[in-house]
Amino acid sequence: MVKIKIAKKSYTIPKEMLLLEALEYIKQHQDRSLTYRHMCRSGVCGSCAVKVNSKEVLACEYRLKEGDEVEPLSVVGVIRDLVTSKKEALESLKRASAYPLKMEEVEVTQDDITLIETQSDCILCTSCYSSCPVFEEKKEFLGPFALSRTYRYLADKREQEKKTHLEKVIKNGIWDCTLCGNCTEVCPQGIDPKGDILFLQSWAGRFGFINPSLGSFGSFGLEF
Amino acid sequence: MYDIVVIGSGGAGLTTALFAKELGKKVLVVTKQYPTEAQTCMAQGGINASLSPNDSIELHIQDTLNSSYQLADKEIVEKVCSSAPEVVKWLDRIGVPFNREGKNLALRKLGGASAPRACFAQDYTGLKILHTLFDNALKVGVEFLNEHFLLNLIVEDGQAKGVTLLDIKTSSVKEVLAKSVVLATGGFSKIYGKFSTNGYGAFGEGLSSALRAGAKLSDLEFVQFHPTSLKNSSILISEAARGAGGKIVDSSGKRFCDELATRDRLSREIYKKLEEGDKVFLDITHLGEEFLLSNLPQEIKLAHIYEGVDPLKEPIPIKPAAHYTIGGIDVDKELNTSIKSLYAVGECANTKFHGANRLGGNSLLEVIFFGKEAALKAGEEENVIKSGYEQLQRDEKFINALFNFPNKIDFWERGEFLSKVLYHNCGIIREEENLKGVLSLIRQQQRELKFMGLKDKSRVYNSELVRFLEYGNMLELSEALVISALSRKESRGAHFRKDYPNLKEEFSAHSVIFKKEDVLHLEFKKNGKD
Repeated sequence: MVKIKIAKKSYTIPKEMLLLEALEYIKQHQDRSLTYRHMCRSGVCGSCAVKVNSKEVLACEYRLKEGDEVEPLSVVGVIRDLVTSKKEALESLKRASAYPLKMEEVEVTQDDITLIETQSDCILCTSCYSSCPVFEEKKEFLGPFALSRTYRYLADKREQEKKTHLEKVIKNGIWDCTLCGNCTEVCPQGIDPKGDILFLQSWAGRFGFINPSLGSFGSFGLEF
Repeated sequence: MYDIVVIGSGGAGLTTALFAKELGKKVLVVTKQYPTEAQTCMAQGGINASLSPNDSIELHIQDTLNSSYQLADKEIVEKVCSSAPEVVKWLDRIGVPFNREGKNLALRKLGGASAPRACFAQDYTGLKILHTLFDNALKVGVEFLNEHFLLNLIVEDGQAKGVTLLDIKTSSVKEVLAKSVVLATGGFSKIYGKFSTNGYGAFGEGLSSALRAGAKLSDLEFVQFHPTSLKNSSILISEAARGAGGKIVDSSGKRFCDELATRDRLSREIYKKLEEGDKVFLDITHLGEEFLLSNLPQEIKLAHIYEGVDPLKEPIPIKPAAHYTIGGIDVDKELNTSIKSLYAVGECANTKFHGANRLGGNSLLEVIFFGKEAALKAGEEENVIKSGYEQLQRDEKFINALFNFPNKIDFWERGEFLSKVLYHNCGIIREEENLKGVLSLIRQQQRELKFMGLKDKSRVYNSELVRFLEYGNMLELSEALVISALSRKESRGAHFRKDYPNLKEEFSAHSVIFKKEDVLHLEFKKNGKD
């Protein structure tokens, strides 16, 4: 018997199992009101992300242990039990224009594809968004997955509008990240949004965009 | 009011929406979860297009026809296969990160193909195609309606006028009116429950709503079982593993079948072994860590998490599981269903491209090719839309009543039992007596339906309500499936009858099933006879 807590309610399941299996077991046999999202049960649809012991995981990939506490994702509003609104998080993609702007047919090799291979594995589970502390200070922040997706298109050899991509993520974007690395730690697909944000910052430098906080440091220095 | 309402946000639905938008149409995409939480993300192996110098469009056509056991429509197969290189080029142009070999797209060989033909993006092909389509949809401002579940089609005088939807967040019923309705709701293999590779939710509400509205469905008996799904969880291990040289072995480590045979044959061979009490494994250990980690990363991860095996070191236990429903809403060459202004596309449609068995890599091709066609067709629709259709009130009444159903019999337990019975009796090997048994079970459950109901009475995000509706659809579709399987007294492709083990010329036709005054009717129709 394994005792766990889900959305503040206590449950007992017969053995250690994957969290999604447990949710299904409980819903079928113990509590029809228990509410959660799920679809593919194999880690590719991104619908079942939740927090266990304060850390984001996919319910279909996490194996439960005695005493685990399961909660909904942070940042966005809870609708019921483990179901949160995903709308706001997904809108960050639009705000960042994290989509192809102008793709052209150019010669592409496997090395070019490898460069964006991991970023394009994103399943939009929004775990990184939930783990990001910047939202506590700044609601308008674009957040990790939108920025990783911007990098995925910017670094795509076929994309011609690289500068426009950067322009879209300057405000509320790449300079607001504290580089804490929570996003990288929780990504179930092994994506490194923190690293991608660093890459974006370096691209920004190449196009002459200046980090506003560093800029003020500059003038601060000159006064002395 | 919309020009086009698309139900479903997988590969077919998003492609339709993108092209509809390009045509300047007012289009809405309805999804029961969020746009990329569609089954297309689970497609792993690849998308077929004859691009290699050792391949030709003619060979792609031949392979597809051969695997269809004379049931595919030659004209359709020729049209789709000849357009395949253009389809892949379009996907590449809009940003899909296909793997490369030199300057060209890399190709892998899947079962039943006479040359390497499947373009791929690691073993995340469907995921990357779906997300690229979604990104492009965001770019052109496609409008989405999330978390709305399809209840019924609104049909008046034989013409579709829109749909009724359950708003999952509030349990209220809404109508969306449009000049044309495109169903892109995917397949229904989840009626096999734990014996299916599909995600939760693949219960085919598009098909059942079409059936209820009087539309014709066809070839439902052709359910494709995938030979290599994980033994415990039925999670799919891609055909790419066999294409790369994976071996299928029994418990003594001996090979017993041709790994690159078509899925129908392999599934039967494996199923027979399992029925004999033996175990079956997929062995990819000899392919080497470096190759596996760069080419089949997802398979490695899946085997680890869901089967607890390390495929780099040990063989993976497998079984065949329901994977893809070849049949669907019957459409003609122009994607017209038997209801005016109603179109169907993707797995929920039967375009006669696959025939009696589908080749790996042909379904992603189908959804993109026909997604575009659907937009072109549906965009031309002339339709006078009024207001005050009765369907909305009928469905509101039904949903409200549902909350007061007695709930003396648990639908969940019944559904689980039916899935198991379907797998063993209307699955890989079928025969008359057993099929009749399944049919009487389905009819018994249909009678019991009025004694079932909900335990959860909340109106907020009631996922039990959605499951109950899915169970209702399952009962409706299972009945049509079993009747189709009973009527086809022969064996062909994915449909194997122990009591009629041979292919019969007189059945070189499509089974067409429909409801007339609430009673199911079935007839056989040859290709080219509309």
